[in-house]
Amino acid sequence: MQPESTLTKAEPSSGPLTKLPAEDDRALEKGLDNLQQEARVQSSWKSSITKALLPVAALVAVIYLWQMYVWIVRPRPDQLPGPADVFGTLGSLWQNGDAVETVLTSLQRGVVGFIIAVLIATPLGLVLAQSRVLRGAFGPLISGLQVLPSVAWVPAAVIWFGLSDATVYFVVLMGAIPSITNGLIAGVDHVPDQHRRVGHVLGASRWQLAIRIILPAALPSYVAGLKQGWAFSWRSLMAAEIIATGGTLGFGLGALLDQGRQFSSMATVISAILLILFIGIVVELLIFGPLERRLLRRRGLLVGGSQ
Amino acid sequence: MSSAQINIAGLSKRFSAGAPLVLDNVNLQVQQGEFVALLGASGCGKSTLLNLIAGLEEPTSGTIASPKAAFMFQDASLFPWLSAQANVELALQLRGASKSERRSEAARLLELVHLSDAAAKRPHELSGGMRQRVALARSLAQNRDILLMDEPFAALDAITRDLLHDELQRVWKETGRTIVFITHNVREAVRLGQRVLLMSSRPGRVVAEWPVGEQDPAVLTADITTELRKEIRRHAA
Repeated sequence: MQPESTLTKAEPSSGPLTKLPAEDDRALEKGLDNLQQEARVQSSWKSSITKALLPVAALVAVIYLWQMYVWIVRPRPDQLPGPADVFGTLGSLWQNGDAVETVLTSLQRGVVGFIIAVLIATPLGLVLAQSRVLRGAFGPLISGLQVLPSVAWVPAAVIWFGLSDATVYFVVLMGAIPSITNGLIAGVDHVPDQHRRVGHVLGASRWQLAIRIILPAALPSYVAGLKQGWAFSWRSLMAAEIIATGGTLGFGLGALLDQGRQFSSMATVISAILLILFIGIVVELLIFGPLERRLLRRRGLLVGGSQ
Repeated sequence: MSSAQINIAGLSKRFSAGAPLVLDNVNLQVQQGEFVALLGASGCGKSTLLNLIAGLEEPTSGTIASPKAAFMFQDASLFPWLSAQANVELALQLRGASKSERRSEAARLLELVHLSDAAAKRPHELSGGMRQRVALARSLAQNRDILLMDEPFAALDAITRDLLHDELQRVWKETGRTIVFITHNVREAVRLGQRVLLMSSRPGRVVAEWPVGEQDPAVLTADITTELRKEIRRHAA
C-alpha cells in the first residue's frame, strides 16, 4: 500500500479527502472511454474494389490458360472444346431457353428442398440439444448420416418413389438435414455456461432462456450449419438429377449434364458444370456470405483482415 | 437479527459428497441499504458464497434467507449480439417491464453510468470499464433491493477502477441498494464498504469484521492487510 495511493482514496461516510470537481471526473472518464475503445477501421473503397477484382483476375487467367492449351496442344474438340465453343454453346442454351429453364427448375427444387430441410432439421436439432437421452441415442446416427454421401440414397429413392420429384426431394433432404441439425446442436453445446448463469440471475424462465439467450448465442453455428446444409442440398440435387432422369421429372441442370454426355457434346457438359458452379457461387456470395459476415461482425468475432 | 435483509445461518457447502468443505458454518446478516465488502484470498469460497445467495448453487446445509438479488460478474458477461441499450432492455423485459417503459428506463440507467453516447454500441466495441458500467446499469435494471458483486472491477486498470468506485458509491447513495461486494483487494474493500468482512480459506469462514468509520482509512487498510497476510500464511505449512 503506497502512501500516495491511500491519500487519494475516498472514505464513504466522510467524503473524499482530495476530490476533483465532478466535471473533471467526467472528462477523465470520457477520455478513458475514448482511448480504450478500439479504433474503428473503416474498410476503404480501394481495398474492397481490389478484393472484388482478385477473383475476376483469377477467372481471366484460367480462361487464358485454357485457351492457350487449346491453341498449343490442339485437343480433339469433343474431348476439350475451347472457351469460345463453350461460351457459344452457353449462348445458344440461353437463346433457346434451356439455360433459364434448367436453372429455374433446379434452383426451385434446391430452394424448396432446402426450406423443407430447415423446417425439419431445426426442431429436430433443438430437441436433440435439449434431451440428453435422445441425443445419446440419435446423435451418432445423425453424425453418420452427415458423412454418408447422399447420392447413396438415389437407388433406394427411385425404388420407393419412382422417377418423380419425391425422389429428388428425398435425396436433398437426406443430404441437408444432418448438417443443419448438427450445426444447431453444436451451437447450443457451445453456448458459454456464463450466458445461462446471467439468464438465471436476470430471472429468465426456461422458455425465455431458450428463446432470448440460447438461440441467439447459437446463431452463428446454426448459420454455418445452414450454409453447409445448402451446399449438401445442391450437391445431392445434382447427383439425383443426373441419375434419375425422365419420368415426370422436370428438366434440371443435372439432366442437362446427362444429356450432354449422351449426345457426346462436351461443350454442353462444360456449360452445365459452369451453370451449376455459377449458381453455387451466387448463392454463397449473395446470401450466406453476407449473412455470416454480418452476424460475426456484429458480435466482434470477425478479424479485421477477413472483412 | 431477524430484521436483516440477508440472513445466513450455519451455511456449509461442499461440491460433492467426498469433497472438502468450501464453506464451513458461515453466519452472516446484512441490513437493508448496507454496503458490505467481503474480503478474502483467492479460493476462499467467497464467490461460492455469493452464488449461494444468488441461488446459482444449492447449500449443502444451513439456511439462506434473501430476497432475489441482482448480480454483477467479474467479466461484464454482456450478451455480444445485443447493443449496450438492448442488454439493459433485456433485463427490463425479463423483469416484466412494458416496451415503452423499457426504452426510457434503459436510457435513464445508461445516463446514470454516463454511457448515453455508447447506447447503440455492441459490447466488443466498448472498453472493459465501459462494459462493466453497462453491466452495472443492467443489474440496476433488475430493480432488486440487493446487488451482489463478484470482483467486478478486478480486471480493470487503476484509474478506471477509481472512477468506477466513485460511480458505484454515487449509485449506491442514489438508489439505496443493499450491496455485497467481493474483492481480494484490501484498499477496495475499505474504500467501498461500510463493513469489511474477512473470510478464511479452506474451509471458508467469516473470521473477522471491521466497521469502516471515522478512522484513518490508511491505518485500517494496514490493519486488515496484516490480518489477511496472517490468514494466508496459515496455509504455508
